[in-house]
Amino acid sequence: MSKNLNILTNGILKENPVLVLLLGMCPTLGTTTSAFNGFGMGVATMFVLVCSNLVISLLKNIIPDKVRIPAFIVIIASFVTVVEMIMQAYMPPLYESLGLFIPLIVVNCIVLARAESFASKNSPLASILDGVGMGVGFTFALTLLGCVREFLGTGRIFNQTVFPEDYGLLTFVLAPGAFIVLGFLIVIVNKLKTTKN
Amino acid sequence: MKKLESSFKNMVISLTLISVMVAALLALVYNVTKEPISLAEKQKQEKAIKDVTPDFNNNPTDEKFEVEIQNGDKLTVFPAKKEGQLVGIAVETNTTKGFNGTIKIMVGFDIDGVIINYSVLKHAETPGLGAKMQEWFSNTSKPNQSVINRKWTNDMKVKKDGGDVDAITAATISSRAFMDALNRAYQAYQKVIENDSQTPKSEDE
Repeated sequence: MSKNLNILTNGILKENPVLVLLLGMCPTLGTTTSAFNGFGMGVATMFVLVCSNLVISLLKNIIPDKVRIPAFIVIIASFVTVVEMIMQAYMPPLYESLGLFIPLIVVNCIVLARAESFASKNSPLASILDGVGMGVGFTFALTLLGCVREFLGTGRIFNQTVFPEDYGLLTFVLAPGAFIVLGFLIVIVNKLKTTKN
Repeated sequence: MKKLESSFKNMVISLTLISVMVAALLALVYNVTKEPISLAEKQKQEKAIKDVTPDFNNNPTDEKFEVEIQNGDKLTVFPAKKEGQLVGIAVETNTTKGFNGTIKIMVGFDIDGVIINYSVLKHAETPGLGAKMQEWFSNTSKPNQSVINRKWTNDMKVKKDGGDVDAITAATISSRAFMDALNRAYQAYQKVIENDSQTPKSEDE
């Protein structure tokens, strides 16, 4: 049981995909212009991670080694398409604000990395837990990044106005702001980690 | 079960099987979501028409027609009528001059060519910048950037192009595209009004 718990928390803290592993930077920097967008992107990625981890773990023995990458990508791509269609049908506003970044989940390296390094070697249950852990970690990091950028850039958090937009620093909504905020978040996380040790 | 070895036969069978499974899954989800997607789009269209036109009591989506504004370049027009009388039109306009892909906007004119409102239907502009089109150009508290309640003039361009509309900060391309879409909508409006004044009005009230 404690082993499973370890797998689950691994992705959230010790190997947080964004803040520690620095994987999946494209959606991280691109979609976190607001807290809501970051959260939506995180949840969509989490869904894909959990589903693809589960399926790949179940199929790991019937996928020959030499074709494993194409097989993984086909599975991941299909789940991304599923997410895209579901979002378009039931959450049109979110679908519109994320736009092109949803299909791009296919090439998010964190999804393929977990398939390759975890799901293809572990049991289905462990793979699901790993997907959930990594997904939560990713969602948490993206939402945090989105909150900070939205707050500094537009004076809002989750669309709730904190201070007037005119005083916002537009840079933080733009790509450079994403790098700056991410840099500071990583510094803080590293600091916390060293003091804990 | 032991892991399959990478023989040619195994690889072909394995990949084929996975592809078939995946295709079945996608077909299933596609069938389930097809209805809601088209419904959501239709509702959005109807709501957009309602938002941008004066009070009407016909069904503009049933009476929609296409107007050719340039050679082969057509826009869809939804006439808003009250008691059979044309009170305004909604034009579904588009432009490819945006930063990223096609922008679709529903623009509403009253009978005198004054822009009543607009609604951005589809775009892929940068979030936080060009994506602000919907709020930016409808902010009536800032007359320099708002296009609402303005009669179309040749000055309806962004300031950088010699017009008198403030472009979205850091999104001049998206703003230009927006004005281009509006310009196309206005051309359609002119065509509609021309045709409408030629046909004698039926007064059957």
